[in-house]
Amino acid sequence: MKINTLRYSFKQGFINIRRNLLFSLASLGTIIACLFMLGVFYSVVLNMRHEVKMIEDSLTVTVFFEKGIDEQRIMAIGDEIKSIANVDTINYVSSDVAWKSYVDDVYNGDMNYVQNIFGEDNPLEDAASYEITLKDISRQEETVTTIKAIPNVRKVNSSDGTAQSLNSISRLVGYASLGLILILLLVSMFLISNTITIGISVRKDEIAIMKLIGAKDSFVRTPFLVEGVMIGLIGSIIPMILLFFMYDAVVDYLTAHYNVVANLIHFVSTAQVIKGVTPISLLLGIGIGFVASFVTTHKHLHV
Amino acid sequence: MIVLDHVTMQYPTGKKALDDVSFHINKGEFVFVVGSSGSGKTTLIKLLLKELTPTKGEITVDDKVYSKMKRKEIPMLRRKLGVVFQDFRLLRDRTVFENVAFAQQVIEKSMKEIRREVPAMLTMVGLADQYKQFPRELSGGEQQRVAIARAMVNQPDIILADEPTGDLDPRNSEEIMTLLDEINKKGTTVVVVTHNKDIVDYMQKRVIRLKKGKIVSDVEKGGYRNED
Repeated sequence: MKINTLRYSFKQGFINIRRNLLFSLASLGTIIACLFMLGVFYSVVLNMRHEVKMIEDSLTVTVFFEKGIDEQRIMAIGDEIKSIANVDTINYVSSDVAWKSYVDDVYNGDMNYVQNIFGEDNPLEDAASYEITLKDISRQEETVTTIKAIPNVRKVNSSDGTAQSLNSISRLVGYASLGLILILLLVSMFLISNTITIGISVRKDEIAIMKLIGAKDSFVRTPFLVEGVMIGLIGSIIPMILLFFMYDAVVDYLTAHYNVVANLIHFVSTAQVIKGVTPISLLLGIGIGFVASFVTTHKHLHV
Repeated sequence: MIVLDHVTMQYPTGKKALDDVSFHINKGEFVFVVGSSGSGKTTLIKLLLKELTPTKGEITVDDKVYSKMKRKEIPMLRRKLGVVFQDFRLLRDRTVFENVAFAQQVIEKSMKEIRREVPAMLTMVGLADQYKQFPRELSGGEQQRVAIARAMVNQPDIILADEPTGDLDPRNSEEIMTLLDEINKKGTTVVVVTHNKDIVDYMQKRVIRLKKGKIVSDVEKGGYRNED
């Protein structure tokens, strides 16, 4: 397409928006509401995921061995565990380290007191273990089963389902918001389509002349595509600006007024939210505008 | 240049607008297609513009066989056909210059070409001084001149005029026909569909007469009245 034609299409696109200002504003308002809600849900899900990740990172699986196996076998078990895809990190805790850690935790590190009771014995002689972190906590059960199947593994301790529950909740919130957003997107698409239809009917004579004097389909269609895309673009930028200012304000308010929230939740930064949601918002806004105007022009212009 | 070969056009309602019509118009000819209302004149224009597809028969314009044309070729065909309507069909919100320039914008000409060619065309139709005026500020004859300038600005091979004098008084009608005659003398084929007996008699050109969708006469140099 030539520069001249592009300039013409943009000019006509903006004229269309201005001519049907009321309908354009209605479409714009719906898209803004829809994409703002997307931003809100995105922030909630992102913060839940962040929280889950933090819990996941702190959870470990502990692997104990059968009595009397030598160090070489323990190393071999370590290698087998490392080869499991879901294993993220593995740390060997010898019986001495385990005993020292126990003394630190239970007797505040008072070795003299402990020696009076146990002498030089290490009651945790057979408590050497591997502490493992996992890449995907939702696959913990499957990984534990694999580890248990390794010969000479006596016991595997794993965390309870806290992380998994949080994960399920965040997934549920994600699906629910996706459903709601989809409905709103369809409403936006319908409104943009209506706006374009009115634009087409207002310019019916002009379009007829254009076609009779040899306008290509793309020439007739482009101003309407510009109109749809511009509504979508503006409709995706405004909610991001709103979110930028409101997220900070809401987080500040919650942490200042609710101690529980401040202690329990580690909010992600505004930059992280905006960086993540802006491309999605732009893509959806422009996409909806484009698809709605493309389908409408195809239907009404017979191009 | 224009060949209609046993063309029949029947609408879905069952009405036959054209019935087995055949004729041949050579390059550079000036032809009137005449007939009363319902004779099939407007259907003929729509067929030539490929707004309609004939039920039977074949249309060929400038070696382009309509039935073999793809959809995307239609704009290129229409660029060879300048079209003028009875009701002028000018854009009310644009000036004379913008109306003519619109035809060039549509076919994606550059601003440089538009600035060069539109004033030349307005001079040809005698409206060079009125380029800033809006259609509502012009007389019917002047508006039709703008429409002719718009039809001519892309230098089509053929001008198709559908009742170009239908809304004009006799003096303006004569002026418009003189303008179309001048265009024809420069080599453009002109086909005028009309039921205005006076201008057909005045021009003394080839006349194809339609009645109830059939050709009843095709006279090399004639008048409307002679056929009645």
